[in-house]
Amino acid sequence: MSSEWPLWEVFIRGQHGLHHRHVGSLHAPDAEMAICNARDVYTRRNEGVSIWVVKSSDITASSPSEKGPLFEPSNAKVYRHPTFFEIPSEVGHM
Amino acid sequence: MYAQMVKAEGAKAREEMSEQERAFQDRIDRGEKIEPKDWMPEGYRKTLIRQIGQHAHSEIVGQLPEGNWITRAPTLERKAILLAKVQDEAGHGLYLYSAAETLGVSRDELLAALHGGRMKYSSIFNYPTLTWADIGMVGWLVDGAAIMNQVQLQKTSYGPYSRAMIRICKEESFHQRQGYDILMKMCLQGTPEQKAMAQDAMNRFWYPALMMFGPPDRDSVHSAQSMQWKIKINTNDELRQKFVDQTVPQAEYLGLTIPDPKLKWNDAKGGYDFSEPDWTEFFEVIAGNGPCNTERMEARITAWEDGAWFRKGLMAHARKRDARRAAARLAAE
Amino acid sequence: MPSLTDVMTADADLTRAPGIRTIAALGAAPENAFAEWLCRMGDNCLILGHRISEWCGHAPVLEEDIALANTALDLIGQTRLWLDLAGEVEGKGRSADTLAYLRDAAQFRNVLLVERPNGDFGHTLMRQFLFDAWHIEMLRALQSSADPRVAGIAAKAAKEVAYHLERSADLVIRLGDGTEESRARMQTALDRLWPYTGELFMGDAVDQAMAEAGIAPDPASLRAAWDSTVAEVMATATLVRPGGTFQHRGGKQGRHTEALGYILADMQFLQRAYPGAVW
Repeated sequence: MSSEWPLWEVFIRGQHGLHHRHVGSLHAPDAEMAICNARDVYTRRNEGVSIWVVKSSDITASSPSEKGPLFEPSNAKVYRHPTFFEIPSEVGHM
Repeated sequence: MYAQMVKAEGAKAREEMSEQERAFQDRIDRGEKIEPKDWMPEGYRKTLIRQIGQHAHSEIVGQLPEGNWITRAPTLERKAILLAKVQDEAGHGLYLYSAAETLGVSRDELLAALHGGRMKYSSIFNYPTLTWADIGMVGWLVDGAAIMNQVQLQKTSYGPYSRAMIRICKEESFHQRQGYDILMKMCLQGTPEQKAMAQDAMNRFWYPALMMFGPPDRDSVHSAQSMQWKIKINTNDELRQKFVDQTVPQAEYLGLTIPDPKLKWNDAKGGYDFSEPDWTEFFEVIAGNGPCNTERMEARITAWEDGAWFRKGLMAHARKRDARRAAARLAAE
Repeated sequence: MPSLTDVMTADADLTRAPGIRTIAALGAAPENAFAEWLCRMGDNCLILGHRISEWCGHAPVLEEDIALANTALDLIGQTRLWLDLAGEVEGKGRSADTLAYLRDAAQFRNVLLVERPNGDFGHTLMRQFLFDAWHIEMLRALQSSADPRVAGIAAKAAKEVAYHLERSADLVIRLGDGTEESRARMQTALDRLWPYTGELFMGDAVDQAMAEAGIAPDPASLRAAWDSTVAEVMATATLVRPGGTFQHRGGKQGRHTEALGYILADMQFLQRAYPGAVW
């Protein structure tokens, strides 16, 4: 059996309450060690307050050939973006 | 550079390309990033694996010449800074191996290729660090040259490589400064002996640093394809010129002499004229005959082989834990 | 020449042991004992930090290389805090650097455990665990030190050391309960290092003075907590606590193993070869 440690993807939430963000990957024998390694590798400069790890092989990714069907419909839904709506300046910031 | 003489595969003129290849090239020309699951020509994938792999190997072999001096650093502060810096190199190796892994090769496979002599690392790390001034020189000249290359690679066409480069550049900003800081202390506040030590380091590192950018453009057979794919942005000679122009005033500030009698400002080209390094030496070092090739490879292989039981032991424990958890779940059901 | 029975007694009272200085020999001034004690704290961090920094670039896997360097960096940082304070208390104008780079082996006050050679990676981790398990108890106790400077350093260091212990304990468990080979290596490491753990809990006149002044705990008082941490980790790791009772000692009083001289030859080389130079 291979002794190569599996690959994990690392997600870190920084100080400012934003979402967890993918920062890179690393190897570890299991999830607990992946968390420890992520702390040592990816937060050397105080980058984060919360860490998620997920085995790379457990990630299901969209396939690039479906990029059109997956993402173009949302391009058409411009009303989802706040700039779609014109707000009279008299009402102030919204 | 950290990636010297990477053999690029499958150079093709536009009219020879398949429709798929042309579409791929168009995306690159538009400045789009290529991502792991996108279709890519096999040559692009292979060339990238070689280049990123070589870059990653350079980072971890590069830990060794500087690591030499961690235990001998002259103050507690210098010790901490150097250790943090060499630790960063390990981190950078890790980011780069991860980027290469998105191309379908594992880190262990890449390491096996390094240990088996099938992959190279930068020629510069086959030179010894003999004095503390060498640590300054490596930070200033070697990291300076590396940063020059890496800054442009942030714009490389392959997404994971580009992202790794962005992170690396951000972290490396202190590396060159710490080297220069060591030399300022020695050259501007130090004793004549320390100044002489710095000059000696300069004499030994100048030409090897120039070699880091790879052979002259006239002999660089693989550059055209790599530039077409934007996995290389500037030519070797462009970067070398930029490096010399940037470094000369910094050397003057330290009062160090660059060991090149032909070094002279050229108004017409707006840059310095300078002597080329001895390319025979460069090819010898690449071929394994540099002053420290044997020691560097031995150190890497020993670390890897001596650590095999450790890696296996942890993997075995993880499997036991998984099995125990599965059994506990089963029992609970 | 001490009698044979004296030398062979495992738990001989150290204040009566040969060659150990009494508080009177320290000049009876409490600040001398205090400076001496601070050097013990600083030297432990300095020498262990030095030892594990030797791994940088040579660890079995990149992730561990990076993690161990973090521990080394923490310890070097703590060294500076303890030794700067030692210099201040001593009042002779010596800085952390002067103390680290210009004392000879006999003036070093670290326990013998931290100067033991690295051995294999498992040996290094076992040494780390045995030390961390003591270090955390010491730092916890020091947070209520009568000296606010000591309490302050301890509070900062305790956060770092809690993580060191978490990692080293976890790795000892995993390697103990890993493969047959990893278990055997960890057991060997434990057996070899065990005789160097007793010194952590042996008090002498300096410790007594510190305890009386409310600056630091009596080392023996940390034993129970350390014992229980070690027992728990070893049980989970399927490792067997060695039965022998013999314990080496002397580091805290400046009598070291051969290893320290080599460490200092390396560490102090530049400062010794170029006296007075700035770096």
